[in-house]
Order: sequence, then structure tokens, then C-alpha cells
Amino acid sequence: MNSQLTEALARLPAYLGGHVAVSVTALLLGLAISLPLALLSMRRPALRNVLLGAASVVQTIPSLALLALFYPLLLGLAALCERAFGASFSALGFLPSVLALTLYSMLPVLRNTITGLNGIDPAIAEAALGVGMTRRQSLIMVELPLALPVIMAGIRTAAIWVIGAATLSTPIGQTSLGNYIFTGLQTQNWVSVLFGCVAAAVFALAVDQLLALMETGLTRRKRGWVAAGGAGLALLTAAAVIPGLSQTRATYTIGAKPFTEQYVLASLIEQRLRAAGHSAAIREGLGSGVIFNALRAGEIDAYVDYSGTIWTNQMHRTDAGPRAEVLAEMAKWLMQEYKIAMLGGLGFENAYALAMPRGRAQALGIRTLADLARHAASLSIAGDYEFFGRPEWNAVRKAYGIGFREQRQMQPEFMYAAASHGDVDVIAGYTSDGRIAQFELVVLDDPRHAIPPYDAVLLVSPKRMNDEALLAALRPLVDAIDVTAMRAANLRASGGGGASPGEAARWLWTEIERRKGR
Amino acid sequence: MTDTRPVIAFDNVSKSYGGAAPVLDRVSLDVREREFLAIVGPSGSGKTTLLRLVNRLIDPTEGSVRVEGQDVQSLGAVSLRRRIGYVFQGVGLFPHMTVAENIAITPTLLGWDGARISARVDTLLDLVRLDRTKHRDRFPAQLSGGEGQRVGVARAIAAEPKIVLMDEPFGALDPLTRDALGEDYRRLHDELGLTTVMITHDMLEALLLADRIAVIRDGRIVAEGTPRALMNGEQDEYVRELMATPRRQAERLKTLSAP
Ligand SMILES: Nc1ncnc2c1ncn2[C@@H]1O[C@H](COP(=O)(O)OP(=O)(O)OP(=O)(O)O)[C@@H](O)[C@H]1O
Ligand SMILES: [Mg+2]
Repeated sequence: MNSQLTEALARLPAYLGGHVAVSVTALLLGLAISLPLALLSMRRPALRNVLLGAASVVQTIPSLALLALFYPLLLGLAALCERAFGASFSALGFLPSVLALTLYSMLPVLRNTITGLNGIDPAIAEAALGVGMTRRQSLIMVELPLALPVIMAGIRTAAIWVIGAATLSTPIGQTSLGNYIFTGLQTQNWVSVLFGCVAAAVFALAVDQLLALMETGLTRRKRGWVAAGGAGLALLTAAAVIPGLSQTRATYTIGAKPFTEQYVLASLIEQRLRAAGHSAAIREGLGSGVIFNALRAGEIDAYVDYSGTIWTNQMHRTDAGPRAEVLAEMAKWLMQEYKIAMLGGLGFENAYALAMPRGRAQALGIRTLADLARHAASLSIAGDYEFFGRPEWNAVRKAYGIGFREQRQMQPEFMYAAASHGDVDVIAGYTSDGRIAQFELVVLDDPRHAIPPYDAVLLVSPKRMNDEALLAALRPLVDAIDVTAMRAANLRASGGGGASPGEAARWLWTEIERRKGR
Repeated sequence: MTDTRPVIAFDNVSKSYGGAAPVLDRVSLDVREREFLAIVGPSGSGKTTLLRLVNRLIDPTEGSVRVEGQDVQSLGAVSLRRRIGYVFQGVGLFPHMTVAENIAITPTLLGWDGARISARVDTLLDLVRLDRTKHRDRFPAQLSGGEGQRVGVARAIAAEPKIVLMDEPFGALDPLTRDALGEDYRRLHDELGLTTVMITHDMLEALLLADRIAVIRDGRIVAEGTPRALMNGEQDEYVRELMATPRRQAERLKTLSAP
């Protein structure tokens, strides 16, 4: 508990820095766009309707989806730029997050500015003209000051929304306070989740109160208050962002998908690189598609993927072969298509596998997927958010003619317990997950090889293909981890284990050394 | 006074909104230099519309309005408004500005220096019988209706305009203050050689303060003349009715004060 807290605190500068940078940039950009647009639409009802309509539509898109949509969009744009100018930009992390959050901040600012200005008593607006003000003077001297409380309310709403939604920029590669939440959720480290929520809330509240101070200062015309609020905001931003800037950028960036095993393995690689005297950092919580593209583009230098994932998602293969053949074919394809180097397998598989409580399976006489097919019509199954959309699931259904009574999507961490408690009958789990043993589940055999092998493989970006330092640090990991060691490490780093991914990675390394020594 | 040139001249002015019946229907009216003209008429008859045409808060549908001989359409609206004082119906003070700032607004727009503005504000506060120290820094919400109206009058004449348009300026005042302020304003009007057009619902006020009264009804001038002429002349039905009230009041007062 205490060590979890100190670990969380140690990460605060990096996470808060990223969070503040992305949310403040988005907010400023949002204001810079929304305020002039709102003013422009003041006497143009048609434009006003279009703007409010568009902003409302944006708002109906869930913020996570909005963030996710900007990544492929920018990726395409970056590719076009590359082709047109020979130079490109990073489509990962900061840029897509800022753009999505900017859009997200626009509705409250637009709507409040427009309603605030429209809500001004026409008699006052006429008086402003009557005493001899130009339109512009009337706007600055009368209309804006009178609409200020409503406008500020919009800005404060936008600030809180953006700061909250910025936690969701973690999966597209932007370091934020969301890292606490996503990592914590995956590793069932509730201290981390809570820490992330509280940190984001405190930051949002601080910004809100400082904006409130500025607002009161403006309406009561206390310049000091306005200045204090502005200075507070600037200080807060600087204090959060500058430590991150002064940190020299790490030489190597290791990617990690959002689940425990990936955090452990990324930590392991990071520790190996540091042990060799290099600086390294982890970009964690990247989605499956995001991480592969990030490697291609050289935004991360290395990460661990799984052969089955590349096989189906990237190579679009629906057949499956033996482990070694799949690995060989895949390595060739990766090099040919993308100049991505596959250093080798780590020595274990983390495949999708259907599993169910041992006792239940024995009672029903289920050992294989073929056995399961006979009972499936009365059983329910749970899988992660991807599984039921993946080719493996189609292959399983086709190969065994399986149809379940009910199909549910779940946060993977909760699946194992759910199966053990009988909330679901069967789960699509992962073979390297320590909780299969912990919850006394049994993995059902796949005699027809419907599910392709999922060997953990080390991938290196085209940029680093010949980087001897990196390759030297990674090589000792090839074929060094067997599935029992990985399961044990995963169990340590997840809920029950009470260890951080870093600690689990250290344990895994001693285990590797021990086995080598033997 | 009849031979001085018109400062404000309405020439066959019509105003309609959309396709509806015109709010003003071919109105012709001259306001001469240094004249105090009162406009009287029922609610919705077009009084405010007439006044707004002068400083181009609205533009006529037909006909022309001339100020000091020039068609207002040929003048810049902003500079025109800065040299015409306007007291708005319902006051229209800026709620986020203090009394002093409200009064100082047109001089500020005209670029007067701070000392001159400050002195002017003091003079005007005295003139409209507001307390320099007590009222100066209050916001409009902290004033009574009557105090607000007085600030409205002060604001209208702050930049020393030669023409003052007043839309029911004394409506919310108690009879005593109203009378006093009316008298004060009339004195000011004479001293500064102003040209004033004042809208009022109170015929007695019009009779006592104005040099000339125009009665407007359904967008047309139905009678026009000096108070004396209106009191004694042969008028149409509506004007006779309008004059009956002050006459009855006067007769009643006379009987009360008789020994
Ligand atoms: N912007 C507008 N659009 C349409 N009709 C208007 C507009 N402004 C005024 N009117 C109409 O014009 C007519 C005259 O209005 P105006 O304000 O001049 O009346 P008024 O004589 O000043 O009345 P009151 O004594 O109640 O102030 C009214 O019937 C009013 O409804
Ligand atoms: Mg009116």
C-alpha cells in the first residue's frame, strides 16, 4: 500500500506534466477558436446554428472514441505529408489528443458566449449605440462585460471537461494522469486508480477556482484578482510542465499495450536498457493498432507483440499453422513490408484460450472445445473488448460449430473471478495469465487448431534495426521466459500479487538468470 | 421664434416594419432652433419611432429626416449620435458601470481628458440633484427609479449636445421632484440654447414645459401648436379629450382655492 503510493508519487511529475501540457494547450486552442467564432456568429443566425450544431454533434461522440478517431486521421495525414514533403510529424500522443480535446472544449465556450451575448437586454444594446458607441466599442465596453459571467461559466465547464477527458488520451500514446487509471485498472492497483482520479480532480478544481477568481476580479473590477488568477494558472502550468521539459528525452522508448503482462515486459526491457547504461522510457497503454503503427513510424523503438495478433490483424491471415512456421513467415513478412525487425520469441505463448472452472468442466465432461460445443447452447461466455470481433472467434465457431446462450464483453481482469464465481460459464482468457491457475480454471484443448499460436515476440522499429546497443540489451530475453515464469510474474503484478510491474519485472529477471545458471 | 431655421426636419417620413401597416405615416414636422417640443400621444402611436429616426437608431422607409439642414442618411450615425443627447424610455443605464461612468460615457468616447470629464460629472450630478459623494460610485441597481432617470438625463447632456431627445424622461419621479427637475431642465434648455424634443404621456407637463406640442396618433400628427393654441383652438375629438383632463384639473383646483 505504502510502496504503491510512493511509486505513484514518483510518477506524478511525468504524468501531471503530460496531462497539464495537453489539457492547457487544448483549452487555449479551443478558446482561441471558439471565442472569435462566437463573436463572428453574433449577427449571423445561420452561422450560429451551424456552429452550435457541429459542436453538439462533436459532444455526442464519446470522448474516448473522439480521441481514438484522431489517431488514424493524423496517421493518414502524416503519411501524405511524408509523401508530399519528405518530412512528417508524430501522429501519436500529443497532437491527436490536443486536437480531439480542442474540439471537445468548443461546445461550452461557443454556446455560453453566444447565449451570453444574445441574452443582453436589447434596451441596453440600443443605449450603447445611442450614446455614440461603434459596434466594436459596444461589444468591448458593454456586451462582453455583461455577458462575462455566462462566458466564464462556459470556459470553466470546458476546462473541467478537458481536464477530465485528457485522462483518456493515454491509449493514444499521450502520457497523462490517465496512465495511473489505465495501468491501475489493468494491474488491479486501486491505489493507482484512485491516485489518478484524485490528481485529475484536484487539478481540475484548482483551475476552476483560479478561473473563478479571475471572473470575480473582472466583474468587480479588481485588477489584482484577475492578475492573481492569471498568474496562478500560469504558475500551475509552468510548475507541472517544466520539470517534464527539463528531463532529457530518453534515448529509447518502449511501447506497452494496456495489460499487465505488457507493463511487466516493458519494464523488463527498460530495466535491461538502464542496466546497460542507456536511458529508456515507457509509452504505456497503447492500443493494439496504435502500437504497431507507432513502431512502424519509429515513435517507439521496441515492444512485445504476439504472433497471432500480427498474423491476423496485420497479415490478414485466416489459416493457422504450427508455431515455428508462423514465426518464420511472420519475421519475413514484417521485414519485407515494413522493415520491422523481429528479434525472436520470448519463449512463451499468450494465446486466447477458452477456460472454465475445473470442477464444472469435470462435472460436464468437457476437456476440449469439441466437448464444449455440445453444451454451449446453455452456457454463457465472456471475452475482452476485442475477442468477439476477432478472426479467432470466427474460426472457433466455424471449426467447432459453437454457439453460446449469451456473450458478454468484460474488462479482462474481472473475467477470471467472474468465471470462478459462476457469473459466466466460460471465458476467453489468456494462456499466460496467472489467474487461470489462481482461480482454478482449466484451459480447454483446441484439437482442430482454430486459434493461431500467440508467441510473444520482440519487435524493433525500422529506425533501430541496426542499433547494436538496443539489440544487445534485448537479446538475452529471447527464448528466456517460459510460460510458468511469465504467469508467476503476471500474478505478482496483478491484483493479488501486490507488486508493481517494475517489481515483477525485476523478479522475472532474477528468475531468468536463475534458470540460465542452472 | 417661428422664423428661425429648423434644427430637425421630418419631411414626409414613413416607417413600416415588414409588410405591416406603417408605424409612421407621412409625417412632416419641423423643430426649430432653441425650441422645446413636446410629443404627446397614446401608447404605440409611434412617438419613440419618431425620436429614433433623428439619431439613426432606425432609418425611415420613406421620406427624409434632416438635422441642422443635412439629411441624416448622409451623416455618419456614430458621430451624429455623439452630438445628440438621448434619454431612453426605460432609462437604459449600463448596469456594469457606476453612475459617474454612465454619465461620462459620451465624453469618454469623444476623448475628453480625465479632469474635464470628472468636473463635468460633478456639475451634472448637482444639476440633476444627485449627491456627488453618495451617488457617484453607485451602480444603477443601487438607485431608485427616479434617481436612475436623473442619471439618464445627466448622461444625455453630458457631452454638451445642442440637440436633446428625451423619451419619457421623468416618468418614474414623484410629482414634486418631477416638477422641479422639469423646471430645472427647462432653465438649462434656455440657458444653453438647446433644442429639445420630449416625449411625455402627461399633457399637463407638456403644457407647462413646452414651447410647442405635437399630438401623434396612429402614426400621424393630428394636432400641432403652442400650448395656448391647443388649449383654445378647435380640435379633433381625440385632442379635445386629451386637453379635457388638465382643464378639469385646473378648474377643480380653482374651486378648491376659491375663498
Ligand atoms: N422593431 C419593431 N418591429 C416591429 N414593430 C415595431 C418595432 N418597434 C416598434 N414597433 C411597433 O411600432 C409601433 C409604434 O411603436 P413606438 O415605440 O414608436 O410607440 P410609442 O408611441 O413610443 O409607445 P409608448 O408610449 O408605449 O412608448 C408599435 O405598434 C410597435 O409595436
Ligand atoms: Mg415609446
